[in-house]
Amino acid sequence: MPLLSGNDTVVKQRINRKPSRTIAGGVPWLTVMLGSLAPGWVLIASAPVLPPLGFLMFIAWRQLRPGLMPMWAGLPLGLFDDLFSGSPFGTAVLLWSLSTIVLDHVETRLPWRNFLTEWLVAIGLIVAYIVLCLGVSNIAGACAPLNVIVPQIVISVIIYPLVGRFVALMDRLRLTPFVVMR
Amino acid sequence: MAPPANRRSGFSRRAQYSTFFQYTAGVLGAVVGLGLLVVSMVNPNAFSALRGAASDLTESPAQATAGGRRAGKDFMAEIGGFFLSGREHARLERELAEAKVRIARAQATETENRRLKQLLDLREDDGRPVAYARLVSSTGASTRRFATLGAGTDKGVVKGMPVRSPMGLVGRVLEVGMSSARVLLITDTESIVPVRRARDGVPAFAQGHGDGTIRIRLVNLGLNPLRKGDVMVTSGSGGLYRPGTPLAVITELLRDGAMARVLSNPSDTDYVVVERAWAPPPPPPPAEPAPGSE
Repeated sequence: MPLLSGNDTVVKQRINRKPSRTIAGGVPWLTVMLGSLAPGWVLIASAPVLPPLGFLMFIAWRQLRPGLMPMWAGLPLGLFDDLFSGSPFGTAVLLWSLSTIVLDHVETRLPWRNFLTEWLVAIGLIVAYIVLCLGVSNIAGACAPLNVIVPQIVISVIIYPLVGRFVALMDRLRLTPFVVMR
Repeated sequence: MAPPANRRSGFSRRAQYSTFFQYTAGVLGAVVGLGLLVVSMVNPNAFSALRGAASDLTESPAQATAGGRRAGKDFMAEIGGFFLSGREHARLERELAEAKVRIARAQATETENRRLKQLLDLREDDGRPVAYARLVSSTGASTRRFATLGAGTDKGVVKGMPVRSPMGLVGRVLEVGMSSARVLLITDTESIVPVRRARDGVPAFAQGHGDGTIRIRLVNLGLNPLRKGDVMVTSGSGGLYRPGTPLAVITELLRDGAMARVLSNPSDTDYVVVERAWAPPPPPPPAEPAPGSE
């Protein structure tokens, strides 16, 4: 009986409820912004070892729900990322906007997708993003060699499916009905 | 996974326009980003106020995470210490006995130093630190090595001040906000510190290599006098960094210099010290020509 009654409470919780509009719209933006902030807080790194979590979240949201964030989402989210990333200001705005367009283009070409193709597309974008970030900051005054970013690329590529799982979890949370309908 | 909903806009004007404007907005974002990038390359300080405000706003959660980081490290150290305590204790007692003798000798040297300086009429400059603060966050996902300091203009931090830990030099203040400041770590590729070998003063430059190590470039080319294990300290030439601050230990020799490991790993340091920017003493006035020599 406890099992049945447990189901009963779930039903009671779900019935006559709807997801909150603010949470459904706001969670993607919030998670991406949190992803931009998080790598700085984990450790005081003396080498680029942490994945660019904000970008990974952004890509994961766009792959899971292509139309949820508008095409111009790279502008405000990139601006926020630029404030904390350490790259020259504007890098993320440019690269996130470009990656949105590229991802949209790839999706029209590859309508049928699975885990592997999505990961491969994301790997391409991640590698291009990290290398271009290095290129941009080298143009702006630094002179870091290419082998510095190899660990970061490997870590980012491996961690991407986990980020995808997290985003899927957030998507379920986002659409959980809990606001009472009248 | 099934393909997403049909993207064809068909004959609907409204659908056509909305698709068109979506893409236009996306391209516009890229163009705006390119513009910002050009501005920040031409004038790197253009957005420093904005960055300062942002790091001020996120300073309190960053302080909290810094405390969490510290607690985690202490926990691991305590577990390690449990196994090693006996051996460590014996070693420390031995070292303490040696250090007591050395400190007596050092005190004698210091007294003599002061006396000689008084004879030469040299004045000690004010070496007191400006502020003690935590490094609260860093740019862990970027190839640039910046860290955020939990003190700003409220504690008297000014642009250009060197930052050090008890172990050695950490970096220098680059931008200052209200309650936070941005520090350029010495491992960044844009950071160049004039150094000398602690033992005999071979002059060199220490430039960050981007991966946590430091590239030592000798000023005098020719035979490479460096050896593995040499300690490099700041030389103070050109001002800014106080001379004698330890910086790095050489780990690998190159043809025209060496690779070195940083002494004060910023991830291990809890609190850092912000010092006043050092100015080299003015050169002595030229000797007056003897009267009647011309």
